[in-house]
Amino acid sequence: MRFMFKTDYEDDIKLFPHSGYIVTYGVLLAFLLIAPFVLSSYIVSQLVFVFIYATVGVGLMILTGFTGQASLGHAAFLAIGAYSAAYLQQFNVPFPVYFLVGGLLTGVVGAMVGFPALRLQGIYLVIATISFAFIVEEILARWESVTHGNEGMRVKALQLLGTTVSRDSPSFYFLCLAVLFLTILGTLNLLRSPTGRAFVAIRDSETAARSMGVNVSLYKVKSFAISAAITGFAGVLFAHKLSFISPEMFTLQLSIEFIIVILIGGAFSPHGAVLGAIFIVMIDPFLTYLKDDLPGIIAGIFATFGADSVTASKIYSNVAAIASANGLKGAIYGVIIVLFVLFEPLGLYGRWLKIKLFFQLFPLYKRATFKRQKIYVKSERNR
Amino acid sequence: MLDFVQQLVSGIALGCVYGLIALGFVLVYKATEVVNFAQGDLMMLGGFFAFTFIGMLGLNYWLGFAGAVAAMALFGMLAERVVVRPILGYPQFSIIMATIGLGYFLRSVVGMIWGTDDFKIETPFSDGVLRIGSLVLAYDKLSVIAATIILCALLYLFFNRTTLGTAMRASSENMLAAYYMGIPVKRVVSIVWAISAAVATAAGVLLAPITFIHSNVGLVLGLKAFPAAVLGGFGSIPGAVVGGVLIGVIESMAGFYLPQGWKDVAPYIVLLAVLLLKPEGLFGVHMRKKV
Repeated sequence: MRFMFKTDYEDDIKLFPHSGYIVTYGVLLAFLLIAPFVLSSYIVSQLVFVFIYATVGVGLMILTGFTGQASLGHAAFLAIGAYSAAYLQQFNVPFPVYFLVGGLLTGVVGAMVGFPALRLQGIYLVIATISFAFIVEEILARWESVTHGNEGMRVKALQLLGTTVSRDSPSFYFLCLAVLFLTILGTLNLLRSPTGRAFVAIRDSETAARSMGVNVSLYKVKSFAISAAITGFAGVLFAHKLSFISPEMFTLQLSIEFIIVILIGGAFSPHGAVLGAIFIVMIDPFLTYLKDDLPGIIAGIFATFGADSVTASKIYSNVAAIASANGLKGAIYGVIIVLFVLFEPLGLYGRWLKIKLFFQLFPLYKRATFKRQKIYVKSERNR
Repeated sequence: MLDFVQQLVSGIALGCVYGLIALGFVLVYKATEVVNFAQGDLMMLGGFFAFTFIGMLGLNYWLGFAGAVAAMALFGMLAERVVVRPILGYPQFSIIMATIGLGYFLRSVVGMIWGTDDFKIETPFSDGVLRIGSLVLAYDKLSVIAATIILCALLYLFFNRTTLGTAMRASSENMLAAYYMGIPVKRVVSIVWAISAAVATAAGVLLAPITFIHSNVGLVLGLKAFPAAVLGGFGSIPGAVVGGVLIGVIESMAGFYLPQGWKDVAPYIVLLAVLLLKPEGLFGVHMRKKV
């Protein structure tokens, strides 16, 4: 194991704690850079979705993970980014311009949501953001002169530097990767800055932060704006990837999926956003795989343990019926969310840290290291 | 004028259903500081239990009603034991996510078992109407209003007049202090969940004649019940019902007098306005934090 001696504050907030990080991430980045040329187009396409979801995840992480402000309205921010891109594209605005406008406009809307949210706590904030998302969804469906209502809008392939970048091309992949990369880098730097420290202070104790001289209102609005802007940038890419957008894509369901991204990945590190995005994008192909292969596998297991062919075929058809039932995805989502909240609230990244620590400390690891303390809170109403 | 009264009554009836679901939120929130996002889905499941007992097994309406309420009370305790108890006392956000997960699960499983069609429960009040002059009031709507009033009165008495109710309020104020005073907090929480699931079931069965029961009804109505609970001030029983009625009336009026599309957003716009002006809700008590 590696001992890291930190002698001053600069050591504590370094972007890369030691050179091993640079090597690991360098290898990962190199792999991602050659990926579109070696992997199948299907996987590359899924990777693009992973990048977009991870970007949103990082955005949401700044708000929920670091500032402690829950939001169930991020689908609305994504929609604003996507729609502003689709709208501006009609007037032949170049991509870099509407990309920036989409993100900044979403950031401004985010700040506008942040102002009313200043007075709200916990559950009230969650409900306020849900309401905001519903209102945006309804506006998208009704403001037909701009959004074409429920008919949806077609998004043309994006034009960059005089070439057309189709949504399945490696160039688009690199664009999404670059956006994610810059977002993560920007976020890590933000968190090292006074602003980021203020966010964390607000999350841990608003009262303490205020007494340390942090302008809580200002930083909460900032957090909302930054989070929304990042989501807006992702929204522009999302619109291009789907090439068609309509209001029913940006529902509460999508907001919940974004929350699942940071919940399952782990809300306190960009690693979590990426892992969560991989999870959420991969669940669909995984379920398709289950549908096709699971009945055969289970029937096979029963057959090897001496079940006769009639029973085996009965088992096969029963499992096939369950696996192809409509609600299976929702049920699995539900179970996974509950299990993560109950057993691994730090998410996949938290799990990875535990595994890493286990090997680092090998014979000395104590199970109680990460044991949660049972806490009995006083009423949050008094907050 | 006649239209107005007609809309008012149907708005109140719908609002009472929202209010009953909101009551469930409030009960659980009052006792445990937990916001149960699966409340609407509990209502939906209760409706399906009642449908199974009444529609499929052919039981008497009242018998089926009682059976569904009892079954759901048990289910509420089970859900509390499995999903909520291990994380009681953790940040609200974890609990919100856990109950969202529970809701997802219930919705999908109900869809898998009963299918995604619409179901209807035959009730004794399905057809009759009450005529006052030229005003026509359907019995099913009146039954919802009457049942809500009775349930609220009972719950209000329960919370303010019985030992168990007092224990619930105590454990909500300060769980640790409640433990020290000898209140079996875990059992109290269990009972609260049973009651709230039972109230939700009552809402589901009463609702059945007004809108059909299907697997997503819980989500749709649950999301309307939030504004109701918040309007009334989370944690106030009369507030939940008043909030529910307000939301129902606003929705009904917006559907009648405003252009299409306003019906669904009007409750949320009102909610945001209320949150801005009076974040603690109409009946909420504003408490100051002691540092």
